[in-house]
Amino acid sequence: MYEFDIEKPSTIDEAVAALASDEAQALGGGQTLIPTLKQRLAAPGVLVSLGGIDALKGIRPEGDTLVIGAGTCHADVAADGTIPALSALAAGIGDPAVRNRGTIGGSLANNDPSACYPAGVLGLGATVVTNQREIGAGDFFTGLFETALEDGEIITAVKLPRPEAAAYVKFEQPASRFALVGVFVSRTGTEVRVAVTGASEDGVFRWTEAEAALSANFAPDALDGMSPDGDMISDIHGSAEYRAHLVAVLTKRAVAAC
Amino acid sequence: MPADGGIGAPNKRREDVRFLTGKGKYTDDLNRPGQAHVIFVRSQVAHGNLTAVNTDEAAAMPGVIRIFTGADFAEVGGLPCGWQVTDRHGEPMQEPAHPVLAQGKVRHVGDAIAAVVAETADQARDAAEAVEVEIDELPAVVDMKAALAADAPKVHDDLSSNLCYDWGFVEENKAAVEEAFANAAHVTTLELVNNRLIANPMEPRVAIGDYDAAGGDSTLYTTSQNPHVIRLLMGAFVLGIPEHKLRVVAPDVGGGFGSKIFHYAEEAFCTFAAKALERPVKWTSTRSEAFITDAHGRDHVTTIQLALDADNNFTAIRTDTHANMGAYLSTFAPSVPTWLHGTLMAGNYRTPLIYVNVKAVFTNTVPVDAYRGAGRPEATFQLERVIDKAARELGVDPIALRRQNFITEFPYATPVAVEYDTGNYVATMDKLEEIADLAGFDARRAESAAKGKLRGLGVNCYIEACGIAPSNLVGQLGARAGLYESATVRVNATGGLVVMTGSHSHGQGHETAFPQVVADMIGIDPSMVEIVHGDTANTPMGMGTYGSRSLAVGGSAMVRATEKIIAKAKKIAAHLMEAAEGDIELKDGQFSVAGTDKSVAWGDVTLAAYVPHNYPLEDIEPGLEETAFYDPANFTYPAGAYACEVEVDPDTGKVTIERFSAADDFGNIVNPMIVDGQVHGGLGQGIGQALLEHAVYDEDGQLLSGSYMDYAMPRADDVPFYTVDHSCQTPCTHNPLGVKGCGEAGAIGSPPAVVNAVVDALRSAGHDVTHIDMPLSPHRVWQAMQA
Repeated sequence: MYEFDIEKPSTIDEAVAALASDEAQALGGGQTLIPTLKQRLAAPGVLVSLGGIDALKGIRPEGDTLVIGAGTCHADVAADGTIPALSALAAGIGDPAVRNRGTIGGSLANNDPSACYPAGVLGLGATVVTNQREIGAGDFFTGLFETALEDGEIITAVKLPRPEAAAYVKFEQPASRFALVGVFVSRTGTEVRVAVTGASEDGVFRWTEAEAALSANFAPDALDGMSPDGDMISDIHGSAEYRAHLVAVLTKRAVAAC
Repeated sequence: MPADGGIGAPNKRREDVRFLTGKGKYTDDLNRPGQAHVIFVRSQVAHGNLTAVNTDEAAAMPGVIRIFTGADFAEVGGLPCGWQVTDRHGEPMQEPAHPVLAQGKVRHVGDAIAAVVAETADQARDAAEAVEVEIDELPAVVDMKAALAADAPKVHDDLSSNLCYDWGFVEENKAAVEEAFANAAHVTTLELVNNRLIANPMEPRVAIGDYDAAGGDSTLYTTSQNPHVIRLLMGAFVLGIPEHKLRVVAPDVGGGFGSKIFHYAEEAFCTFAAKALERPVKWTSTRSEAFITDAHGRDHVTTIQLALDADNNFTAIRTDTHANMGAYLSTFAPSVPTWLHGTLMAGNYRTPLIYVNVKAVFTNTVPVDAYRGAGRPEATFQLERVIDKAARELGVDPIALRRQNFITEFPYATPVAVEYDTGNYVATMDKLEEIADLAGFDARRAESAAKGKLRGLGVNCYIEACGIAPSNLVGQLGARAGLYESATVRVNATGGLVVMTGSHSHGQGHETAFPQVVADMIGIDPSMVEIVHGDTANTPMGMGTYGSRSLAVGGSAMVRATEKIIAKAKKIAAHLMEAAEGDIELKDGQFSVAGTDKSVAWGDVTLAAYVPHNYPLEDIEPGLEETAFYDPANFTYPAGAYACEVEVDPDTGKVTIERFSAADDFGNIVNPMIVDGQVHGGLGQGIGQALLEHAVYDEDGQLLSGSYMDYAMPRADDVPFYTVDHSCQTPCTHNPLGVKGCGEAGAIGSPPAVVNAVVDALRSAGHDVTHIDMPLSPHRVWQAMQA
C-alpha cells in the first residue's frame, strides 16, 4: 500500500468538496478498493471515506419504492426483506465480513462485471440517485467498470420499485465466488426484466429477447432454445459458449423461482 | 492412568490451545533487534536475457541500506538439488545452476533479480519499484511436449535441451512388457493430466537471517519442515558455513504440505545479507509472491496402458509420463516422478510386468516439487482411472475387477522394486462396502434422479509408500541425504521428560501424539512429556517431516531412545531395591522386583539419577538422557479403499460431493482423533485437486491463476461429512510401533474416486464419457456432456 491521506466527511457536501482534488478517491466499504491499494495497483493521494455520512445510510419505503442509502452495507439489505429477491442477492455476496463492510453504492460505482448488485438494480429497473441527478439503471451502467458517474458525483441512494415477483440466481465462479453468471428476473404485470451479470464483455445487460418471450408467457419453457447474443466473456473458468448456456439455464431457474 | 492417555487414546491436541487462541509463535511473529527488511525485485516475464539492472535511483531512496543483485552472488553457490536421477541410458540427469539471484537470465515469472534491503518493508518496497530492470524477452516454453521439440527455446542455454532426464523403470522389464501387451486379450489406454497445484499453506514463507559478528555465528529463522536439512544444504552448498556456526530455527509453522521441505533462495539470501550487513534481515512473502515462488506440485501428462488376459487378470502396465520440473530443480524435484511414483505403479494389484517411462522437462514456470503425496497421487490416479476404464470396456464391475487382481499374500515383491510387508486389501474393501453403504446406492441414485441430478459412484484403492527409507537404499537411488530420524529423551530429576526430535511438526500434532508413545512405554501420564522440535541448536540431527514419516521413523527413534532410558532406569531401580537387574519390571510408572512386593516409583529412580547419593556410580553414569537414530529397514505401505458419491447438475455441470467414505489401513494407531483429522485434511486436498485447484499458465508463461480470485481452494462447503474408518489394521512388520503413516493417504486416494464418480454419473445419463481431466470444474463437466 502506498501512503495516502484519509478524510472522513460527515456530509455529502463535504465529501464532494474533498473529492474535488485530482488525487482524491472515494472510499465506500473498501471491499474492492482496499485490496487494490494493498497490491499497489492504485495510488490515490487522498481517500475520502463516505462511511461517516449518515445521510447515505438506511433503508426506507417510499410508496411502492424501496430507497436504499448508498452507504448501506450488504448485510443490512440482506436483513431487510422488503424485496426478497434483492435481500437474497445481498445475502449471497462474499462472506459475512464483506457483507458487513461492502456497500450498495460502492458496488454500483465500481460496476465490476461479475458483481451481483448491477443485475439487481438493472433487473428491477431501479433509479440511481446521486448528489446531482437521478439516473435510470439502463443509463447508469456503461461498460466494464464504467458508469455514467461524472467526477465529483456521488451515489447517494438507489430507488428500487417493488416488483410483483422477482428472483436472482447466481452461478458462482469456483475461486472468487463472484458470479460466473448471475441473472435477475423481475415481473410486474406483463413487464418482465431480465438482467445478466458476469457473462458479457460489455458488463451487465438486459436480455431483451428473453424479456419479450417472458412477457408473452412467463414460464421457463418460454425460453426453450434461446440463448443471448453478444460477446460473452471467455476465461479459465468458462468459455463464452458456456456462459451463454448458463444465462439461459439461470434465467429459466429465476423465472421458476419467481 | 496411562491406559487412558497412551497409545490408542484420542487425546485432544495440546498444541491447538495456542494455535486456536492466537498464541502460536510463527516466524513472522519473530523480530530481531536492529532488523532490516528485504523486498525482492522479481521478473514479470517468463523468459529473457537480463541486460541491465540499474539500482542507482533506488539506492538513494529513504531507508535503503543496500541493494543486492546477481553480481553479489556470482561467487556464491547456487541452490543444490538433493536427488540425482540416473536416466535409462545410465547417464546422470541434466542439472542446471540455480542461482540465489538471477545470473544473466530470468527463467520464470517470479525469478528473483535483485533484493532491496531497507529499514522498513515499505521503504524496501518503494525502492524495489525504482530498480530499473532491462530484459530482452525470449519466447517462453510452457507446454512440456513443445519444450522437447528440437527447435524449442532452451530454458538453460548451457544444457543440451529442456530434457532433465528420460527415466525408464524397470528398464530390464521393457521388452517383456512389450511382449505382454502384444499377447494381451484386452488393452485399455488412457491419456490424462495430473493438474498443477499450488500448496497454499495458511502461513506464507518467511525467513530471517541473523549474524553474531562477535562469535561469527549465523542463525536462520525460517518456515521449514526440516531445519536440519536446510542447515546442511544451505551451509554446505550455498554459503559455505559449517554446521557448528549455523543454527536453523523453524518455530511454529502454519502448514507445509511439502512446499516447505525445500531450500529456497530467500533463506540463503537473508542469511547471506545478515552477515554482509551485520544486521538481521527479514523477508515475509506476500500471498501474491507465494503463488510465483513456492514450489508447485503435480503437473504430469501421462498415457497409461493396462493389459489384461482373457480372464481379466492384469498382465502388464505401461506408462509414459511427462513431468514438469519448472525452470530449476527444486530440492527433491527429480525424485517425485521417479522413485516416489514409478515404485508405486503396482498399486494393490498383482501385475507381473510394469514399465514406467518418465521424461522430466524444464519449462519457464515455477519449479515443481513434492506436494502432499508426491508422486504417489500421480501413480494412484492413473492406475485407478485406467482400471475403472478397463472395467467399463470389459463390462465388468469395477470393484470386482479390483478384487480379482488384489495382492493377497504378503510379503509381496512388486515388479517395481519394492516389497510390501503387510496389507489386507480384501478387508479394507469389505469395510468400505459396509461403511459406504454401497448396497444403498441405487436407491440414492433414484432419489437424485427425482431431483433432476445425475448421481455417480466412484470406488478405488490406493497404496502408498511412507517413511521413506532405508538410507543405504535411497542413496543407491540418488538421494543425497540419509533418511533416518533421531530423538533425544531427556529425563529430568523429578521424572518429567523432554523429547527432542528431528521430526518437525507443522500441523501434524506431534506434540500430542509423540508423548503418548513415550508415556505409554513408561506408564506415566503423557502430560509429563514435552516435545521439542524445530531448532538445530537443541535437537539431534534429523531429516524432518514429509512423506508421512514422522511417527513411523521419528516415533521409532523415540521408542529406541526410550528403551535405552528404561534399560538404564532399571539398573538404577535394581540398585535401589537391592535386586538383580533382570528381575526388575516396569509397569504403570512403578519399578518392581518380580515375585515380590518391593517397588520404587519412576520419580524415585529419576531423582536418584540426578542426586546419586545411593547410586552405583562405579557401574553407570549419573543422569538419564539417551539419544537414538533410527533408520528403517523398508518403507511402510498404508493402503485403503475409498468411495465417492457425487451429484452432477446436468444443466450446469456443477459437481457436488454427497458422500465420501474412506477405509484405511494405517497399521497401529497412536491417536485415532489425529488420524481422523489427517485423513479429513488429505481428503479435502484431494477433493480440491479433483474439483477446484488448477495452476494455469498462458503460452507466455504468465500465471493466470495467480490469486485466490482465480485459484480455487476448497472451502468447507465444497466437502461432505466424511465417513472414515481405520479399524482394518495390519501392523507394519519392521518398525517397533507397527505404524504406517496417515498424512498423505487422503490426498492420494481421493482424486480418482471423485473422477470415477463423475464419469459414472455422466455415463448413467448416456453420455459416452471415459475421462475428464481435473479439476472437474462445472465448465469441463458441461463440455464433456456436450461431446
